[in-house]
Amino acid sequence: MNFGFSEEQELLRAEVRKFLDQNCPLEEVRKLSETPQGFSRSYWDRFAELGWVGLGVPEVHGGIGLGWVDLVVVLEETGRTLFPSPLIATSLASAAIQAAGSEAQQARWLPGIADGSLIGTLAHLEDSDVLGCAGVELLARRDADAFLLTGGKHMVLDAANADLFVVPFKSGAGEEDISLAVIERATAGLDVEPAGSIDVTQRQGRLRLDGVRVETDAILGEPGGAAPLFERLLDCGAVAITAEAIGASEAALELTASYAKQRVQFDQPIGRFQGVKHPLAEMYVDIESFKSLLYYAAWALDNLPEEASLAASRAKAYASEAFPRIGIDTVGLHGGIGYTWEYDAHLYLKRAKWCRPTFGDADYHYERVARLGGI
Amino acid sequence: MDFNLEPEEEAFRAEVCAFLDENLVPDGERTAEFMAEWSRKVRERRWVGFSWPADVGGGGGSLMQQVILKDEMAKRKAPPLGSCFMGLAWVGPGIIQYGTEEQKQKFIPDILDGTYQWCTGYSEPDSGSDLASLKTRCVREGDEYVVNGQKIWTSIAMWSKWMILLVRTSTNVEVKHDGITCLLVEMDTPGITVRPIKNMSGGSIFAEVFFDDVRVPVENRLGVEGQGWQVTVSALANERSGIAEVHGLVRTLSDVKELARSCRRGGRPASQDPGIRRRIASADTRIEAMRLNGMRFLTKQLKGEPVGSESSVNKLHRALLEIELGELALEIQGSRGALDGESALDGGRWQKFSLNWPEVVIGGGTPNIQRNIIAERILGLPKD
Repeated sequence: MNFGFSEEQELLRAEVRKFLDQNCPLEEVRKLSETPQGFSRSYWDRFAELGWVGLGVPEVHGGIGLGWVDLVVVLEETGRTLFPSPLIATSLASAAIQAAGSEAQQARWLPGIADGSLIGTLAHLEDSDVLGCAGVELLARRDADAFLLTGGKHMVLDAANADLFVVPFKSGAGEEDISLAVIERATAGLDVEPAGSIDVTQRQGRLRLDGVRVETDAILGEPGGAAPLFERLLDCGAVAITAEAIGASEAALELTASYAKQRVQFDQPIGRFQGVKHPLAEMYVDIESFKSLLYYAAWALDNLPEEASLAASRAKAYASEAFPRIGIDTVGLHGGIGYTWEYDAHLYLKRAKWCRPTFGDADYHYERVARLGGI
Repeated sequence: MDFNLEPEEEAFRAEVCAFLDENLVPDGERTAEFMAEWSRKVRERRWVGFSWPADVGGGGGSLMQQVILKDEMAKRKAPPLGSCFMGLAWVGPGIIQYGTEEQKQKFIPDILDGTYQWCTGYSEPDSGSDLASLKTRCVREGDEYVVNGQKIWTSIAMWSKWMILLVRTSTNVEVKHDGITCLLVEMDTPGITVRPIKNMSGGSIFAEVFFDDVRVPVENRLGVEGQGWQVTVSALANERSGIAEVHGLVRTLSDVKELARSCRRGGRPASQDPGIRRRIASADTRIEAMRLNGMRFLTKQLKGEPVGSESSVNKLHRALLEIELGELALEIQGSRGALDGESALDGGRWQKFSLNWPEVVIGGGTPNIQRNIIAERILGLPKD
């Protein structure tokens, strides 16, 4: 029994942390957030060279062949520094191709993903905003062997930066008619429109499909059989977002606790007052708790798929509820300085507000916990 | 990460399961004869005091074996291992760590056999959360200590034969934690008066205990005079992985779910009420977080890494869950939640449950004390 990380994983964590601390502290994150693409190609390339983009990609396709627990280690660190990158989006596209792609499809896309040249994403949500298979309404028209897609997807992570879109669509009325297509950026009829984000370190956008032609060689797995994989990808998304939430919340707690030790009012550090001390203790309790839930969910994705949905929902439900509260307390306990643009507190609060609904909010996931828990 | 057991651990689990298959009967069928037989058999296997060293009569079980044993017992709702609760939880570990040979021989076998109960004389009317401020006076006269003062909230004092007692042997100290001494006191010693206190659910679990020139032989002192605080703190530290408590909460939650299915609320089963569903899911999620927090804590212990005050996280969760599950169980019943006794569902089981949380929530250090511990010892904030 070992519910902890291996030496290799701790080493990986230390390397990612060192890279980010040296290259991309929050001042740099702020600069990148003001650019249109929102992230740095050169850091992304370095990430890829160090093997962190292709962490889950099999070795035969140029990756390292590790699992979700390893990716969580990297994401905790990218979350800690609010590192802007299409890592989560690309990991989800990569996971889809790894899980259901033919040998030819894997050979076509995975090496590019692993070496950083192909940014991928998952177009998981439509205007109905219904998460899951029930929300897939994009209906394909048949044209001989191919499918023609006309419709839209919204809240697509890193849409404007992506080269590959994994797009769920339907070819009939039921969940047994859901397929996943991989659509390349240059495909005729595909258009991307960036959307503003409450978290300046995140990029997302709308995908418009106007008669986009999807040949059978761009369908992952058998046409119509993608519902279980799509649900799993949503679990993966919830896990990835929550892993970054751990790092970001811990950084927010450190910032606030250290401020509470230094800031003097009424002749003493404010951290001596229980009105300050107790919310900080609550932050710690919440972070440690959704961290445990998340580690288990990541482990289940790798080792116990039948428990992964419940585990992922518990983690995301807890984090979606706790992280915004942590963000608000981070700003609030700082007082006036926390309200300023210049101070970093708001960056964490905005990440929390962005994270909350992404891949399902607390209501969505608690309902799923209730259902999967037999009520 | 790996949740599999080593082969020898798996073998131990199989041994425990085989024993339970053979010897355990369902909850409703546990007669006095069964209980006597059960106690004898688990004692024979040295599963009472399983974590204690073999040379004092314990089981010498490894940390992982202790977890496996507790786990399997809890899963099958087996009766407790041993009946001397406080003796097993902290008096015994204190005696093993600080006691003389004579004390070990005199007390440990009786604790393991459950011959009689121990109670714990810590809190005083003016010393609750601030336990180290305790004032019960204790003066040495020759081979005896003479104790005068009062304890309160002493659980099961009226049914106990012995008490582990904290007294003040010196007031001339720089810090209040010094000058405290730990004594082992027989409850029928002249000068001790026990007065049970009726609690808000109508029962009496705890009592006031008065000491009026109570004479305690010096040989019944546990540890060094003036170092009773250290004795207490390290004995209490024996009780903290928190994994065992999770099973109790899982069981309560499963009963609350059943209740939600069977009660109607607003014209439909309470289990279909979105508010109730969300609260059940939230409790479920926090209970699972406790289980997993406990596993991370255990992993650190197994690796020999230092463990500190992290256990306060689960103590806090548990306290809040005990309160919330009681409230939820009554709200599920709608207006009938306001009934009690024979008029209420299940003879008022949930009404009683919803009034019993203070035993857990206040007994082991209040939630605000846990928050202080986390803020000061983990986050390094200045002490109050």
